Amino acid sequence: MNIDSIQNGIVIDHITAGKGLRIYSLLGLDQTDVSVAMIRNVHSSKMGKKDIIKIDADMDVNLDVIGYVDPGATVNIIRNGVLSEKRSIPAPEFLKGVIRCKNPRCITSTEQELPHVFRRWGNIYRCVYCETKAE
Amino acid sequence: MKAVIDILDLSKDEILELIDTAQDIIRDPDKYAHACDRKKLATLFFEPSTRTRMSFEAAMYELGGHVISMSSAGSSSAAKGESVADTAKTVSCYADIIAMRHPKEGAAYVAAMNASVPVINAGDGGHCHPTQTMADLLTIYREKGRFDHLTIGVCGDLKFGRTVHSLVGAMSRYEGNRFILISPEELKLPSYVKQEVLKARNIPYEQTTDLEKALPKLDILYMTRVQRERFFNEEDYLRLKDSYILTTEKMKLAPENMIVMHPLPRVNEISVAVDNDPRAAYFKQVLNGKYMRMALILKLLGIKP
Repeated sequence: MNIDSIQNGIVIDHITAGKGLRIYSLLGLDQTDVSVAMIRNVHSSKMGKKDIIKIDADMDVNLDVIGYVDPGATVNIIRNGVLSEKRSIPAPEFLKGVIRCKNPRCITSTEQELPHVFRRWGNIYRCVYCETKAE
Repeated sequence: MKAVIDILDLSKDEILELIDTAQDIIRDPDKYAHACDRKKLATLFFEPSTRTRMSFEAAMYELGGHVISMSSAGSSSAAKGESVADTAKTVSCYADIIAMRHPKEGAAYVAAMNASVPVINAGDGGHCHPTQTMADLLTIYREKGRFDHLTIGVCGDLKFGRTVHSLVGAMSRYEGNRFILISPEELKLPSYVKQEVLKARNIPYEQTTDLEKALPKLDILYMTRVQRERFFNEEDYLRLKDSYILTTEKMKLAPENMIVMHPLPRVNEISVAVDNDPRAAYFKQVLNGKYMRMALILKLLGIKP
């Protein structure tokens, strides 16, 4: 399968196979009109299979989303067709405005203006208000 | 320290410091009678409460301070749609410290983030009720003389009972404690509490539905009420509400030095006849709660008489 290389944009690489669509959705890439390639189950010598997302535009990406869904995925920034920066994204300490607390008893269920914030406890995230585990 | 939302916001040393202060208040109340002169406590109670609210008010009055409050949530600006954040900012202009109860989990955290004065969580839905746990801890300390090497039975609604979750969390921090979790199947301690508190700290525990079998092994029996307000379904409440009733007959199975605790109010889970048993410690808990609230108010206001 051939996908053109990009001139200016972002390549999210080394995504655990199966997690690419979640990152794609949480980054809101389905809402943009830029060229995006979501490639699933790419052969990888290190990982066996991996997903890759290529964004053909110089846009801001919420790196916390990547660290939350799949810590260890890499973000490559491409400028003028060459790799200008490569970063491995760790799991963020706090996750703000990415996912919503589903607990109907949480204060965020009635106070709509409150930001939905989650804090990392080891491998899981809990709502900072009610401590309900993120789904 | 600006707020106490969860009992685990307080370190073991801070708990001991509060217990020292509370015991000093018990020994010499006159020394504290004017400690909070000209200070004001705002009690913001967005859901019904008798004892917690009165305990806070009594605590502040006994420290020489004043209390300001709203008569009910229905008469407050919250009924007009004001956010918790705005209420906290506004009340900070009137009071030196806030005690807040709210039906929504996390409401006290929102208040603490926005208030410019210390905030005490007086209960946020089914989430936390740290001053109840402080009352429990002072009771255990005064009655048993220690926090470690105790077998603690918790009985009743372990699923929705926030006091149980807080007590298990607080007592898990001390060496040699073990828990016996006594509840109907439907009201068992949530798996996240078992996983993240008991298993994570290698605290031994057993689960049972049989109160009588557990009683002879206990240093402390912590009874709880099945709370109607935590159920979405009235049928489930009615089916489970009478699961455990502690009677004088059952108390014969318990060790002589066991104590019975309950966060109150009780409905029928402890028969009134048990009140005369010297092992009944639940009304002492109420009094201890006031002393611990006094100690906490002093600590948060930075007052040392």
